[in-house]
Amino acid sequence: MTKFAFKIRDVEFKNRIFTASGTFGYGVEIPQLIDVNKLGALITKSITLNPRAGNPPNRIIETPSGLLNSIGLANIGVREFLDKILPQLSNLNTVIIVNIAGNSDEEYGKLIEMLNNEPVIKAFELNLSCPNVKEGGLSLGTNLKSVSEITRIARKLTQKPIIVKLTPNVTKISDFAIAAESEGADAVSLINTLVGMAIDVKTRKPKLSTITGGLSGPAIRPIALAKVFETVRAVKIPVIGIGGILSLNDALEFFLAGAKAVQIGTANFINPHSSVDIITELEKFCDDNCIKDFEEFIGSIDLSGNLAINN
Amino acid sequence: MIHQFCSITSIEKLNPSIIKIKFKSPLIAQSAKQGQFVNIRIDETSVPLLRRPFSIYYTTEEEVEIVVGVMGMGTKKLTHKQVDDTLDIIGPLGKPFKLDDGEDISILVGGGLGAAPLPMLFRSLQRLKKNIVIFLGAKNKEYLLKDYLPAKYISTDDGSEGYKGNIVSLLDNYLSNSAGKSYKIYACGPTPMLIELIKVARKFNINCEISLETMMACGTGICQGCAVKSKNSSKKYLLSCVDGPVFNAKDIEL
Repeated sequence: MTKFAFKIRDVEFKNRIFTASGTFGYGVEIPQLIDVNKLGALITKSITLNPRAGNPPNRIIETPSGLLNSIGLANIGVREFLDKILPQLSNLNTVIIVNIAGNSDEEYGKLIEMLNNEPVIKAFELNLSCPNVKEGGLSLGTNLKSVSEITRIARKLTQKPIIVKLTPNVTKISDFAIAAESEGADAVSLINTLVGMAIDVKTRKPKLSTITGGLSGPAIRPIALAKVFETVRAVKIPVIGIGGILSLNDALEFFLAGAKAVQIGTANFINPHSSVDIITELEKFCDDNCIKDFEEFIGSIDLSGNLAINN
Repeated sequence: MIHQFCSITSIEKLNPSIIKIKFKSPLIAQSAKQGQFVNIRIDETSVPLLRRPFSIYYTTEEEVEIVVGVMGMGTKKLTHKQVDDTLDIIGPLGKPFKLDDGEDISILVGGGLGAAPLPMLFRSLQRLKKNIVIFLGAKNKEYLLKDYLPAKYISTDDGSEGYKGNIVSLLDNYLSNSAGKSYKIYACGPTPMLIELIKVARKFNINCEISLETMMACGTGICQGCAVKSKNSSKKYLLSCVDGPVFNAKDIEL
């Protein structure tokens, strides 16, 4: 194992920089722009049981240092994913994590059953952002019971690592991490996007077709960092940090807060090479600072003198 | 698709709100086709956060030209660039205008800065020895992109040059008085103009390709942000960045 390698369950990752779901397509779109084989892992966009056309335009709008989106989980559906995309992923030399999304625990179960026997797929990330059809349409991920149930069902169906992706649109995110951990999740990734909104004052119309959307990008980074810091102190399983990471410095903040790995999201839209750049710069940073064991750097935030910390 | 840091070789202020930027990139210049675009990162800060897409206005062996209308913070920052500054560019992107539709007369219609992809198209059609008629409209004469485009029909909303009024009504008149030939319309401009133009194309049953301007993030199909309603029953939405920005008018709903 190299200095940056680590394991979740029995899956080894060569480094700690992943690309976030929904910001890197299916991983096969832009081979001209980035060498995917350098990534610690590639997380596909969310796959659902049936194909989804996505939401009507406008789906995206830029806000200060942020991107507000309402893509609506547009994807080709699990069958076409298996037939057309998976064969293309089989030659890649990185860990393939498939992100799955559903409207009910049954849907998550079916998705895992359909995907679990594929050796190319090394792990699952559960996107719990869909509305709960059974319970009035609130996002599954904002309901502790749903998070527990879906994790429990997933755990029964697969021996592959399960990463539960947590939404920040809750009062206390670490409660959700604890719920996922106690039902057998191998890791949690956070944060998903924050609910946001923008209005065109000339036309008085919302700028997104769905009125509200999910905010990502550097605007949410301090929030994400605080949520990661909180969650790291609440669970024993690895926490994967996500939220507006554009540069090595941004990634280092998450590692210092205790993230075992980070996901690069919105940055992929701006600089498709950013995740690979961060991997290279992180190696140099460790060489320059004589960091031999990266595991020791993780969580090494210096809290001496911060008397206000209760924990 | 190339990702390159390119140096600016010239910046020309066409008027207070439009600049023309030339940058050096033989790779992009030689692979670019009519109607394609480049996606430019304005600077390394996060304001603006996203790249901004620009139609490729013209190319030489070594250089690429774009025209920039100063509208928001991103384009405003571009006006502060200087010769020898570098731009972070991804391109050429998108599907080009199709050239092989066999029309007798190619009609090019540009509205305001929307005319930006037409010079490349004009050059490609000229090389094919096509019979070309150009219509240019804008809100006033400062917004008429006449470089490289010998426009026969010109209109401005304020009458500062050419016919006072709408370019689509000029086109309607022209087509009403010309029968017996086969036409194809290639157009680019603001969406309200394109909606009217498509009605005229349909009235005369003319094949029509339009280039759309939509909000975009990645420009490469991964973010799925630039959805356009499709008329094709098998696909509800198309993406402006990879399925367009040039679409046949019959394939999309504006």
